[in-house]
Amino acid sequence: MGDDPILISARGLERRFGEIHAVRGIDLDVPAGQVLGFLGPNGAGKSTTMRMLTGFLEPSAGTVRIAGIDMADSPLAAKACIGYLPEGAPAYPDMTVEEFLRFIAKARGYVGAEATRRVDAALDLVHLGRVRRQSIETLSKGFKRRTGLAQALLHDPSVLILDEPTDGLDPNQKHEVRELIRKLGGERAIVLSTHILEEVEAVCTRAVIIASGRIVFDGTPQAMEAKAPATVTRNRLDWVFRSLTSASAVAEVTT
Amino acid sequence: MSAIEHAIPSGFRRTLCIFGREFRGYFTTPLAGVFLVIFLFLTAFFTFNVGGLYERDQADLRPFFQFHPWLYLFLVPAVSMRLWAEERRTGTIELLTTLPFTTANLVVGKFLAAWAFTTLALLLTVPTWVTVSWLGDPDHGAIVVGYLASALLAGSFLAIGSVLSALTKNQVIAFVICAVVAFLVLLCGFPAVLDIVRGWMPGSAGDRLAVALSSMSALTHFDSLMRGVIDLRDVIYFGSVIIGCLYINVLVVDWKKAD
Ligand SMILES: Nc1ncnc2c1ncn2[C@@H]1O[C@H](COP(=O)(O)OP(=O)(O)OP(=O)(O)O)[C@@H](O)[C@H]1O
Ligand SMILES: [Mg+2]
Repeated sequence: MGDDPILISARGLERRFGEIHAVRGIDLDVPAGQVLGFLGPNGAGKSTTMRMLTGFLEPSAGTVRIAGIDMADSPLAAKACIGYLPEGAPAYPDMTVEEFLRFIAKARGYVGAEATRRVDAALDLVHLGRVRRQSIETLSKGFKRRTGLAQALLHDPSVLILDEPTDGLDPNQKHEVRELIRKLGGERAIVLSTHILEEVEAVCTRAVIIASGRIVFDGTPQAMEAKAPATVTRNRLDWVFRSLTSASAVAEVTT
Repeated sequence: MSAIEHAIPSGFRRTLCIFGREFRGYFTTPLAGVFLVIFLFLTAFFTFNVGGLYERDQADLRPFFQFHPWLYLFLVPAVSMRLWAEERRTGTIELLTTLPFTTANLVVGKFLAAWAFTTLALLLTVPTWVTVSWLGDPDHGAIVVGYLASALLAGSFLAIGSVLSALTKNQVIAFVICAVVAFLVLLCGFPAVLDIVRGWMPGSAGDRLAVALSSMSALTHFDSLMRGVIDLRDVIYFGSVIIGCLYINVLVVDWKKAD
């Protein structure tokens, strides 16, 4: 895996919101073929980090490179490589699923038959064909989330950044989305955030835990599980997560 | 080492893409219908009842155009209020700004779509022109300049409203502040206001201030175009209001998008 190209590279990422120091120095290299599970308690800075990786937020310090392209120097070229599902899967409520995806296709530079092909392929990938002519505001939460996924996948990006892609989905849909992410893995770099630790075991090849804006664990899901003592027999990942991100553990890291 | 190359559409195509989505967006909500009906109803009402188009012996459209600034005062903010406030409230701004668009593409595309929409409303009043031509022999050149002046005024208010919409997530606030600012921009050219200024500050200083104020007023430039000739200074005035506001708009969107 060592000579796979690094598709996402963050160096010394920091972000402040006034007094709040949300992200305090994150270094991350994600090569092609890796599915990275981004974990951390509420407010740890996961979404803020992903927003800096995708160019939505400017970092207060540090740099982001996507497929070797500096986000600050050439934002358009860098953004063109990324498929991004923002937290909550925002979309235009008065558009139909198909209109929305056509707009995304156009924004990605596809026209005519190629645009149609891309839209159809994206609809197929996340099984949205049935609701393609339904307006987004009338969709259930799961379908809306899948519309957001279709939007992110439409241009077959080499970098996928998904903020809580399975949040609010029923167990069947969760399973489907996990299968999809596993299938997409291959030659892509994928970063997904989640609060469901089994998800990390199920689909990720790497787990990164952040707390209070700092990385407190970085390794394989197996290595993460191995950190729990043998006496813990059930929910071993939960145990590790809690021990690394509880207030006292975080206080130790930040001082 | 390089990953799959992704094509980026040209700046023109990117702006056109935003324009298309926005412009179509007007017709998927009741807003378009309500706006068009109110605009057409009020222009007809003011022109024929209040302005007395029939009673005047001259066949021209001055009574028709003279009410446009006051209609735009509350109709334009109704269009501009949602431009950015809605985008920020629903979080779709995160989607737009992480697609391969520059902020300028977004600002210009949205503005042009809104302007095309108000211009469409304006063009739907052409039957008034036809009526006047049928009743008499109006100065068609002056009417064309009148339409141009009206469109430029609407564009200026829209550009102001777009900036204010980017400053807040609340559409009601965006509406009210835009109406107030547009009112001030009109008011500072009102003879009554200029007299008050001269009263406060007698002598040449007051005169100079009054002249400066009136040259900043949209009403002064609108009335000047109403004389029926295109004065380059008036066109430059409206052009610089629009371009200046759009420039500020880009800065405000970048500053406020993540709040
Ligand atoms: N626009 C903003 N203005 C001010 N503070 C912000 C803003 N965005 C995020 N924050 C703060 O930054 C910190 C990190 O937030 P972030 O959304 O990145 O957390 P998260 O790890 O994604 O949490 P969750 O699991 O709840 O989604 C929080 O304290 C949050 O309040
Ligand atoms: Mg989050």
